[in-house]
Amino acid sequence: MSQKKTEKLIDENDVRIDGRKLDEMRPVKIEVGILSNADGSAYIEQGKNRILAAVYGPREIHPKHQALPDRAALRCRYHMAPFSVQERKSPAPSRREMELSKVIREALEPSIFTEYYPRTAIDLFIEVLQADGGTRCAGITVAALALADAGIPMRDLVSSCAAGKVEGRLVLDLNDFEDKGGEADMPIAYMPNLNAITLLQMDGMLTGEEFEQVLNMGLEGCKQISQLQKETLKSKYVVAKEAETEGEEETETEAEK
Amino acid sequence: MPIFCERRQVVTPGDLLAENDYINGENTYRENGKIYATRVGLCDHDDKRIYVVALKAFYVPMVGDTILGKVLEVTLGGWLVDIRAPYLAMLRASDALERPVRPQKDDLPSLFDVGDMMIAKIVAYDRTRDPLLTVLERGLGKITRGQIIEITPTKIPRVIGKKGSMITTIKDLTGCQIMIGQNGRIVISGKSPEDEQLAIMAIRKIEEEAHKTGLTDRITELLKKEKGEKPKKEEVENVSKEN
Amino acid sequence: MSSIMAAKVRQKRIAQLIARGKRLDGREPNDCREVQIESGLIERAEGSARVRLGRTEVMVGVKIEAGEPFPDTPNEGVLTVNAELVPLASPTFEPGPPDENSIELARVVDRGIRESKAIVTEDLVVEPGKKVFIVFVDVYVLNHDGNLIDASALAALAALMNTKMFNYEVKEGEIKIKPGYKPLPMRNYPIAITFAKIGDKLIVDPWLEEEQVMDARLTMAVEKDGKICAMQKGGYGYFTAQQIFEASKIAQQKAEELRKLVVKE
Repeated sequence: MSQKKTEKLIDENDVRIDGRKLDEMRPVKIEVGILSNADGSAYIEQGKNRILAAVYGPREIHPKHQALPDRAALRCRYHMAPFSVQERKSPAPSRREMELSKVIREALEPSIFTEYYPRTAIDLFIEVLQADGGTRCAGITVAALALADAGIPMRDLVSSCAAGKVEGRLVLDLNDFEDKGGEADMPIAYMPNLNAITLLQMDGMLTGEEFEQVLNMGLEGCKQISQLQKETLKSKYVVAKEAETEGEEETETEAEK
Repeated sequence: MPIFCERRQVVTPGDLLAENDYINGENTYRENGKIYATRVGLCDHDDKRIYVVALKAFYVPMVGDTILGKVLEVTLGGWLVDIRAPYLAMLRASDALERPVRPQKDDLPSLFDVGDMMIAKIVAYDRTRDPLLTVLERGLGKITRGQIIEITPTKIPRVIGKKGSMITTIKDLTGCQIMIGQNGRIVISGKSPEDEQLAIMAIRKIEEEAHKTGLTDRITELLKKEKGEKPKKEEVENVSKEN
Repeated sequence: MSSIMAAKVRQKRIAQLIARGKRLDGREPNDCREVQIESGLIERAEGSARVRLGRTEVMVGVKIEAGEPFPDTPNEGVLTVNAELVPLASPTFEPGPPDENSIELARVVDRGIRESKAIVTEDLVVEPGKKVFIVFVDVYVLNHDGNLIDASALAALAALMNTKMFNYEVKEGEIKIKPGYKPLPMRNYPIAITFAKIGDKLIVDPWLEEEQVMDARLTMAVEKDGKICAMQKGGYGYFTAQQIFEASKIAQQKAEELRKLVVKE
């Protein structure tokens, strides 16, 4: 993990290798509903990360023995394209991808009302087209949007961000260099409205005090991401003021469910 | 009785809508005395209930709904039908034939074959089993002509309109027969493909602008305009000074 | 949630229209869908491109690494093409190792590039017989709305044209990277054109629903001088010789049109 180069990751003015401040996130751009086949989809660019998420479901589950009698089975596949990393990666799933598939699924499952759709599957696919550190966080962020785009009812939108320690300083949203060369990296996923943490992992070493600070920093980052998620979903429907008052006959809504 | 959303405000899953004292309606849930949205949509309320009109949601079967289904498989006792829902539906032979089924003689594919579309009704559905259909009522059965389009199911009420006003307008102005499935599938059958295209265009416009007001008027105008243009082109001989 | 197989009523309609020389989406029999090409989206890759052909979307990444040459071509670099039909692209794609469809896709795209000698592989040799550069072309299908072959081949070509190789020198048998880049040496620009046969009519660039109705497909890759450098017939139906000859003329013409979108003079 040690740097061979003498170049530092953070300089004396606390400016990071890509020009950011310690608690600054990378620029984020999100789009929703970009694939025509998937029931829901979303795409994120966060720094150099380029990640696509898509949802199919709830739908019939195959193989049948995976069906759960009382809720939908959430199945998640996190996968990296061969050209997404510096050295070409074989398309076959690696152990890392399998672990990430599991923790991502467990980060999102608490937010979904799976109990509404017993015996079905909700299939979530995350494809990393380009990776630059923090892909599981960006993947969760965009997966939550894909789920919302698919109209799957949720308790909250899960947002995700990583924080950590690099060259003695506590930083937010580590890129690939910082992740590999720093002292600690802590990805977090969070449901802001319910104040619930659904993913927490850590590589590295932190004192008890540092851990608290890093976690709080990460949660702040998650809140920022959450804002962006909401804005992205809302921006598809520029409606609020326009639809006010007049035309009461138009607002008849069926009383279903 | 605190409410945190304005009427017809766009909300996202997890947004806090109200506290206590309200009944949580569709697309919301209650936790610790607070009511939150479960889907992206427009929040609204009356005196008692707070609810969200979802902007995008898939169809969940309801007993009594009329739906348009597509046959996926012919089985021993009936057909497996795709109704654009999380569950595949089943149409048993006994719900398709008015008389008792004779397994040796009755040729199920001749009634409905793989790929056939039907208008059917949901007669049974609960958490423990897949929906059951019937085609034995009036107006139900195989669809043999027309164009089928799919829209997001939450917009179906808009396409129908208050007391059917919108769909009647479209039918009248395009001369098409239109059958609407609650599952977001619609079959349009007209005298000409152009008439059908007109109806399709109107429906797609409703889907796009369902959240805006004055829609019925705009659709009426649009259809009249499109329909009005055509006779002018055809009747080149008779100088028509219409409208 | 709903099966992608089109309803019979619709399939019949598509076939009826095509018998009259018309297509459901308004295209002429020889029209391609709208094409959008974007290059260089993936900086990590040596080259990349994304093609949208109608709603079919394919991304291709090119990576270059050092390796051993094939024993029968010791003085040439290596080209290898892989295709992934990732599950998010279609409800019919399942996760797992490549199936026959993704293998066929990869090999057809490969054939066009290889047979037209598009890449100057002789210039990719570090040490003859021992060390050469391997060009990995990874085709990633993101949305399947028909005609994956043409979209993938076009994206592969655009990605290769976008590919930059690092400068290097060989010191004591090791490759040392020097500053600067140069473009991947290329001398040909093959374009694939696929036909679907419905009834006895041929149409160019079938979209998904037309593919479901077709009984056979024919792909021809045409290189820059109009020569045909690869062909592939797929599907359970057949073509007459006459149809194939007619198709080849149309393929040459369409390939020229599409090539202009990628190869700017």
